[in-house]
Amino acid sequence: MSQSTVDVPPKGGFSFDLCKRNDMLIQKGLKAPSFLKTGTTIVGLIFKLSWFLSHCSDMVSSQLRLHRYQTGRDSRVITALTLLKKHLFSYQGHVSAALVLGGVDITGPHLHTIYPHGSTDTLPFATMGSGSLAAMSVFEAKYKEGLTRDEGIKLVAEAICSGIFNDLGSGSNVDICVITKGNKEYLRNYMEPNPRTYVSSKGYSFTKKTEVLRTKITPLMERVEITEVTGEAMEE
Amino acid sequence: MMDLNLDAPHSMGTTIIGVTYNGGVVLGADSRTSTGMYVANRASDKITQLTSNVYVCRSGSAADSQVVSDYVRYFLHQHTIHLGQPATVKVSANLIRMLAYNNKPATVKVSANLIRMLAYNNKNMLQTGLIVGGWDKYEGGKIYGIPLGGTVVEQPFAIGGSGSSYLYGFFDQAWKENMTKEEAEQLVVKAVSLAIARDGASGGVVRTVIINSEGVTRNFYPGDKLQLWHEELEPQNSLLDILNAAGPEPMAI
Repeated sequence: MSQSTVDVPPKGGFSFDLCKRNDMLIQKGLKAPSFLKTGTTIVGLIFKLSWFLSHCSDMVSSQLRLHRYQTGRDSRVITALTLLKKHLFSYQGHVSAALVLGGVDITGPHLHTIYPHGSTDTLPFATMGSGSLAAMSVFEAKYKEGLTRDEGIKLVAEAICSGIFNDLGSGSNVDICVITKGNKEYLRNYMEPNPRTYVSSKGYSFTKKTEVLRTKITPLMERVEITEVTGEAMEE
Repeated sequence: MMDLNLDAPHSMGTTIIGVTYNGGVVLGADSRTSTGMYVANRASDKITQLTSNVYVCRSGSAADSQVVSDYVRYFLHQHTIHLGQPATVKVSANLIRMLAYNNKPATVKVSANLIRMLAYNNKNMLQTGLIVGGWDKYEGGKIYGIPLGGTVVEQPFAIGGSGSSYLYGFFDQAWKENMTKEEAEQLVVKAVSLAIARDGASGGVVRTVIINSEGVTRNFYPGDKLQLWHEELEPQNSLLDILNAAGPEPMAI
């Protein structure tokens, strides 16, 4: 066993090594750079046999695939829920991801919300994001059990529009994803309630392009040649 | 303009209650989960199953309490499989002694002590108060309170959560030994609704779980069907109903 220390590359995920240094710098008076926050409105809704999701993150899709190979069964929504929950809880709220998770599996349609600290709720309709209050008000007023697919789409679009128009952090267009048993339909730009009103007829030309000053290509891996060695088989 | 603070950790400012009666236990809770000043879930279920005969009421940080109860459910499941039955006295006694250095055997106690281990060992990181309640064939119905810090206290009744502050005096007066199942459940529902009336962080519906030798019964009491207390108003569907309601009839002379 080697006695020397080996430089092990980090396994991936977040590295908090510089936190102390940053704290010290802030105390000394350095202004911390601000980060880009995307305000958003996401909603989910169960109608009859399925559910809608207007914005989703696929952080665990690779883990779910491995799980499917291992168990030989289709993934369930609660599997994804537990994976996300564990991941977020282990970061103690520092991963600011608030999610609405939904799907249809062998047990039926499910809708869950997952908060940054790792807590989850199971609900028939849910909203998250900066526009969640606006969207929730629409749901609370208009949701009822036994909605049809079209009624559900309409209600979800209305809730997202409420977020778009009433929340400064949300804007532009509405994307909807309808998931039913064995079938998902992604309605990108289902509604575009904020079209570009004034478009210049002359078109737009961008004269100042980025200049390429120098090109240097560094191969990361040297070419490896494999030569067959013919010889005798090893003997015990 | 009130700052809603939607980035605050999900907390269950809560009212949770566990009460023993002659033959079992009744657990009760409200259903409000708040994120700062916003009610994130108005119909949450704070009474979680650990085994077929042991349930836990969760309060405090939603994430911490969910994770703790998930872990304990997993360990208890293994424990039950190892044993082939809800633990016998001898085996559970040894297990408890290993985990908690205690000599009294009990099965509900195993769950409580497992939770205590996790809560106490992670006390600096966890912020959750729990009430464990269940029924086993050796001790009957038992309630264990596990507040912040990880103490395990066996009690004939336990209250927890932010709404419990308003119930200490009520229980001192209303609690009695050997109640019937109906009396115990009515007491729990009354207590939770009293706490909901006074505590802003509790609300929604009242959920109860009754555990006895026959099994588990879950009940649900919607918020607008609860008894009204001092100065509480009748629930209204919409303020527009009040405005549109016809005025009183003119008096006939």
